[in-house]
Amino acid sequence: MNAPHDPSSVGAVTAEKAQFDQPLGLKGGATLPSFEIAYETYGELNAARSNAVLVCHALNASHHVAGYYAEQPDNIGWWDNLVGPGKPLDPRRFFVVGSNYIGSCFGSTGPASINPATGKPWGADFPVVTVEDWVEAQARLADHLGIERFAAVIGGSLGAMQALQWTLSYPERIRHSIVIAAAPRLTPQNIAFNEVARQAIMTDPDFHGGHYYDRGVVPVRGLRIARMIGHITYLSGEAMAEKFGRLLRRGAPGFDFDVDFEVESYLRYQGDKFSTYFDANTYLRITKALDYFDPAADYGGNLAAALARAKAAFLVASFKSDWRFPPPRSREIVRALLDNRRIVSYLELDAPGGHDAFLLEDPRYHSALRAYFANIAL
Amino acid sequence: MRADLAAIAQWVAPQARVLDLGCGDGSLLRTLWHERQAPGYGVEINDAAVLECVENDVNVLQVDLESGLSLFGDRTFDCVILSETLQTIHRTEFLMREMLRVGREVIVSFPNFGHWNARLQVALGRMPVSETLPYEWYETPNVHHCTTVDFEDLCRRLGVRIRERLVLHKGKPVTWLPNLLGSVAVYRCTAG
Repeated sequence: MNAPHDPSSVGAVTAEKAQFDQPLGLKGGATLPSFEIAYETYGELNAARSNAVLVCHALNASHHVAGYYAEQPDNIGWWDNLVGPGKPLDPRRFFVVGSNYIGSCFGSTGPASINPATGKPWGADFPVVTVEDWVEAQARLADHLGIERFAAVIGGSLGAMQALQWTLSYPERIRHSIVIAAAPRLTPQNIAFNEVARQAIMTDPDFHGGHYYDRGVVPVRGLRIARMIGHITYLSGEAMAEKFGRLLRRGAPGFDFDVDFEVESYLRYQGDKFSTYFDANTYLRITKALDYFDPAADYGGNLAAALARAKAAFLVASFKSDWRFPPPRSREIVRALLDNRRIVSYLELDAPGGHDAFLLEDPRYHSALRAYFANIAL
Repeated sequence: MRADLAAIAQWVAPQARVLDLGCGDGSLLRTLWHERQAPGYGVEINDAAVLECVENDVNVLQVDLESGLSLFGDRTFDCVILSETLQTIHRTEFLMREMLRVGREVIVSFPNFGHWNARLQVALGRMPVSETLPYEWYETPNVHHCTTVDFEDLCRRLGVRIRERLVLHKGKPVTWLPNLLGSVAVYRCTAG
């Protein structure tokens, strides 16, 4: 529990924004004339500026990593079980930065922001952004915060891709990269799931080609289905069986198309909730960022060659129950790092949570992160 | 430090690149790093041991040795160590070949089943339990026991050349009747 008086909570936090007026050239060829990044920080940057840790978020999270908002005490950060006094990533020792990526709908410049060229929301015109672009934007934020070099960059899933990309885009600016539940590139099966999610959104009659803001509608149906599909891939079959079994909501089969099984109820609930707070244009772009991530692409598919310029020490972790990015995908990264004689440790955790296990509190997982952070010299 | 580990540490050249299979808490790797500046990686499957490695700031890779050493390229290590782990491996030949593929040199240590105490206990109709074989038969992780003579036979069959051998009992070298009086054997081998 993270009640306001919980001593292991960072407590009430405030989201901040940094404005950048230097244009940002994007990998896809477009340029953002200016942009804002929403971020939160916990702890203090030390005098040597050597204790900064960047936390990168995955698909549907934000810069709100830990703590709660004074006016919304129930709005607890998405990785609050990791970050806090006495927790594995302790802000009494580290200066923790949570950064929201561009294209998001949670504060950084994104499709719902105003396009300075038109004075209207970008909508469909907001460019497709990539993991590389996010790292560029985060590097600007690091400059803004006076951080020359991160002690560590950590992330799970899509966040892990950013932690990996940091070692390639800015090898000199990151000492440790903590890459959890990652893949060096998506499989066709991963991309297929993303495409179904995008099709659900884009074929929703309320999508209007992405220009739905000024029409006062939201492609709710598409977002719901996109979220349902995503959720299926985040959980393991085992976790679903454990959580829902074949329990019937109404005690007996209805022989109709209302909710019969608990799992249906869960998916509908998740879909409904998601469609009230997430932006469809953002969802489209994030899934594209996932699909496009492939550091080996410029090296004929040779990941070892792609990672040759990385200098950081790595901690790579995977979860056996994760079928979205299963352990062999992390081992590809480890193998490429070993081929380059990088410093790397690899954990293959027997946690039941599926892909989402990286967000859960597992004693083996958190003990290892705690030990790893404790050994990072400041 | 365990006697076989001390022997192994002596055999590792300064600055050699080391792979320690079944590295436990990583103390050998830590010693090799501090005393011989030999950088290395450990492979360990046990969660608690892996955590100790991370705590000891040792590079550890949590993979199953039974599935081979596919994480490692050919000849990427100067020295591959398998200490007191050989007897727990199901696919012994396969792992020996894999070790010789990734390392220039291989160091193997194991409890010698030929030690008189083990022979005596078997002769009396019991599975041996001793300092070097500390498990009851129903709880042992060991699956493939061997004697020094057995191991040397395997090396011959695999075309492995034995460069050095050290047989120990209670931490002291045994040169007379080693297969009878030694409880732990340590070998340094190369391919051909």
